Amino acid sequence: MIGFAARRLLQALIVMLVVALLAFTMFRFVGDPINQMVGIETSIEEREALRERLGLNDPVPIQFLRFAAKAARFDFGTSYQFRQPVSELFAKRIPATLELSFVSALFALLIGVPMGIYAGLNRHSPLSKLFLSVSLVGISLPTFFIGILLIFLFSVTLQWLPSFGRGETVQIGSWWTTGFLTVSGLKALILPSITLGLYQMTLIMRLIRAEMLEVIRTDYIKFARARGLPNRLVHFRHALKNTLVPVVTITGLQLGSIIAFATITETVFQWPGMGLMFLQAVQNVDIPIMSAYLILTAFLFVAINFIVDILYFFIDPRLRVGRP
Amino acid sequence: MKTPKIFAAMLLAAGMGTAAQAETLKYSFQGTLNALDPYGLNETFTLSSLGNTYEGLTRRNENLEIEPALAERWEIIDPKRWRFHLRKGVKFHDGGDFTAEDVAFSVDRVRSEGSDLTTRIGPDVTVEIVDDHTVDFVLSSPNPILHSEWDTFYIMDKEWTTEHDAIKVTSASDTTPNYAGLHANGTGPFKIVSHEPGVKTVYEKFDGWWDTPKHNLDTVEFTPISSDATRVAALLSGELDMVYPIPVQDIRRIESNPGTTALTGPELRTVFLGMDQMRDELLYSDVKGKNPFKDAKVRKALYQAIDIEAIKSKVMRGLSTPSAIMIAPALFSGADAFTRYSYDPEAAKALLAEAGYPDGFSVGMDCPNDRYVNDEAICQAVAAMLAKVGVKVDLNAQPKAKYFAKILASGGYDTSFYMLGWTPSSLDSWNVLSNLMNCRDEAGKGSPFNIGGFCDEELDSLTQQILVEIDKDKRDSMIGETYKISHDNAYYIPLHQQSLAWGVSDEVKLVQRPDNQFKFRFVTKN
Repeated sequence: MIGFAARRLLQALIVMLVVALLAFTMFRFVGDPINQMVGIETSIEEREALRERLGLNDPVPIQFLRFAAKAARFDFGTSYQFRQPVSELFAKRIPATLELSFVSALFALLIGVPMGIYAGLNRHSPLSKLFLSVSLVGISLPTFFIGILLIFLFSVTLQWLPSFGRGETVQIGSWWTTGFLTVSGLKALILPSITLGLYQMTLIMRLIRAEMLEVIRTDYIKFARARGLPNRLVHFRHALKNTLVPVVTITGLQLGSIIAFATITETVFQWPGMGLMFLQAVQNVDIPIMSAYLILTAFLFVAINFIVDILYFFIDPRLRVGRP
Repeated sequence: MKTPKIFAAMLLAAGMGTAAQAETLKYSFQGTLNALDPYGLNETFTLSSLGNTYEGLTRRNENLEIEPALAERWEIIDPKRWRFHLRKGVKFHDGGDFTAEDVAFSVDRVRSEGSDLTTRIGPDVTVEIVDDHTVDFVLSSPNPILHSEWDTFYIMDKEWTTEHDAIKVTSASDTTPNYAGLHANGTGPFKIVSHEPGVKTVYEKFDGWWDTPKHNLDTVEFTPISSDATRVAALLSGELDMVYPIPVQDIRRIESNPGTTALTGPELRTVFLGMDQMRDELLYSDVKGKNPFKDAKVRKALYQAIDIEAIKSKVMRGLSTPSAIMIAPALFSGADAFTRYSYDPEAAKALLAEAGYPDGFSVGMDCPNDRYVNDEAICQAVAAMLAKVGVKVDLNAQPKAKYFAKILASGGYDTSFYMLGWTPSSLDSWNVLSNLMNCRDEAGKGSPFNIGGFCDEELDSLTQQILVEIDKDKRDSMIGETYKISHDNAYYIPLHQQSLAWGVSDEVKLVQRPDNQFKFRFVTKN
C-alpha cells in the first residue's frame, strides 16, 4: 500500500514539474509583457530598465529555476497588471469560482441523475426521447453560445435575472465572500450555473442511462425479479447502486474540470472568479497569473487523480492481489 | 421648459432634505481599472477614471479646452517662468489642505523612478514655492505647451502619501503593493469608497468639493465587462446606465431598443499606415537590393490606391472620418487646408511604373487585430485594394501583445509595412512631430515611434523651433508646414479618425469627449 502510494506520488510530482516547465516556456512566447505594463509613450530606456528589474534579461533556465522554486512555496510573484501578489489575487477570486462550480455540480447531479434513471428504465417513452434530444443540445452547443442565449432570454427579454456579476456578496471570515446569503447573489448564480453545468448534466444523464440499460439486463436483476421483489427495490437498491461506481468516478473528475475550465462561462457572465482573471491575464500577457493558473489547475487534477487512485485501491480488491 | 423642472427638483430636494432620492450611476468598460496610483500607468481609461477622484492644476472642459482647476489662474512672467496661483480652501478627501507643498511633492513624484507619466513635466523644470498658494515653474527654455498635459497630471497629498509610506510609485517589478495603488485621496468630485481590481469600483460624491457640482450623482459603480455581447446585454436589460465601447454592429440594436441610445462621435486618434524607409532592403518583399519605399512615388502610389471612402462605408459602417493629415482636425486649426490625394488606381499604376515597378512587387504587412476598431478588416481591405495595382500584400495580423513586441523598438522595428494609431496626449501637434516624424537611430533614439524610420532634416529643425515658439500664429504656421512636408512626401498614409461608440440609457445625460474620457462631473440622471 505504501509503495503503491509512493509510486503514485512520484508520478504526480513528475507531472507537476513537466506542467510547470511547459507553462513557463510557453509563456515566454506569448508576447512582450513590458508593452502591456507601460503606456505606449514610455521611452525605450525606461522599458529596458524595467526589463532588467523584472529579470526578463536573464537566461531562460535561470528564470525557470527561480520560478519553480518560488511556485513550490505558492509564491507566484507579482501580477504585472494589478501590481499585487498573485497568490493574494487568487485567494480573492477562488470563492467565486468554487461557489459557482459547487452549484453547477449540484445542478448537474440533481437534474441529471433522475433524468438518467427515468430514461434508463423507460427507454421507449416519449419523455425519454425528449430528454435525449435535449441532452444532445447540451453536448453539441458551445458554452458561450448557451450563455448568451440565456442572457438574451432571461435578462434582456424577460428581465428576470441579471446578465453579469455576482450580485451582492457577504464577507465571511477574513477572505471568503459568499453570494449565497443575498437575494441578488442567489439570482446571479442561476444563469452561470446552468450554463456551466449543462454539459455535465448531459454527461451524467447519458452515463446513468447507459449503465442502467446494462445492469437491467444482468442475471442478478433477473433473479431479483424472480424472487418477486417490488420494482422499487429492484431499480433503486440493486440496479442503481451498481451503476453508481463509474458515475462517482466521472463526477469527481468532472468537478475538477468544472472548477478549472469555468473560464468561458466566467467570461460570458463577467463572473469575478479565477477563470475570468486568467483570460484577462492572457489578453494582457500577465505571465505570473497565467503560469500560476496553469499550475494550480494541474495541481487540482493531479490531486484528484491521486485521491481517485488511492480510492480504487480500497474499492477494487483486484488492485490489491497480484502485486508484490 | 427646463428651468421650472430643475427648480421643482430643487424644491423637492430641499423639502425632503437628506431623504432626497440617491442617484446611482452604473457603468461598464471593456477593460479593468487596476492600480489606483495616478502615476502608475499612462493609459486613457485609467487616467480618465482617476480624473474623477484626483485633479490636476488644470482640467479640460466639454470641448477639451484647458480651464483652471486646482490652479485658479496662471501667468507667464517671462518665457522661462510660469506662475501658478493655487485655489484656496481646497480640501483632499481625508480633510487635508491643498497647498503649494503638495504641488512640489507631486512634481517630484511624477518624475521619480517607476512613474509611467514622466513626460508630464520635463526634467529641466524646477519648482519654486513662492508662498502657500503660489508656485513658480522655472524652465531652461521657453515651452508654450508646458501645461498641456497637466489635466491628467494629478496632484497628490504630501501628508497622506508620506503617512502611508507610498512616496515611491508602485512599479510593475515591486513585490509589495503600494498603499496608493489600492487607495486614493484626491481633491476631485468623487471619492473611491471601495476598489476590487478587475471586479468592481465604487465612487461616492465628495461633499467638500471646491466646485459647484453640475452632476446629480451620489454613487457611481464601475464594473469591467470584457465580453462585448454581455456588456451590450447589460445595457439593454437596464442593469447598467452606460457601457463603452459598443461594437459597431450592435449600434442599430441599441438604437432600436426603447430606453437606450448609441452615442457616436469622432475620436482624436488618427489611424495610419507606415512604411519602412530606413533599411536598404525591405525585410519582407520580393524586391532585393533596394527599398521601394525610399521612393516617394511608390509611397504616393500606395496612398492613391487606397479607396478610403470604401473603407469608411464598408468596413467602418460610416463611423470614421477620413483624414489627410496626421492629427485630428479638432486639434489643429489649419487642418482644413489639407485634402487627401484622390483615390486613383490608374495614377497609382502609372506612379509605380515610373518608379520602376510596372508589375508591382510583394510586401509583408503587419497589423494588430485587437487594438483599433476593425483593425484587421481595414488591413484586409487595404491588401485587396493594393492587389489591384499590382502590390501583393502578405498580411500578418496578430494580437496587440505580439504585434507591438514585433514592430516597436523592443522588437527591432521588425516590419516593412504597418498600421498604427496615434493620439497626442498633450492634444498638441508637437507630440505628433516628436514621436512620429523626426529622425531616429536603430535603437529608437529620436522619434521612437517613427517605425518606418524616415528622416527629414527640415522636419527635425521645425520641430525644435515649434517647441520653443511662444507666438501662436507663427507656431501654427510652422506646424502647418510640417504637415505639408509630410503630405507632399507621403511619409505616412493617414487613413481616418475612428469613431467613439458609447451605449447610454435615456435616463442619463452625459458628455462624450473626443479624447474618450468619461467624466462623472458632466453626468445627470433622472
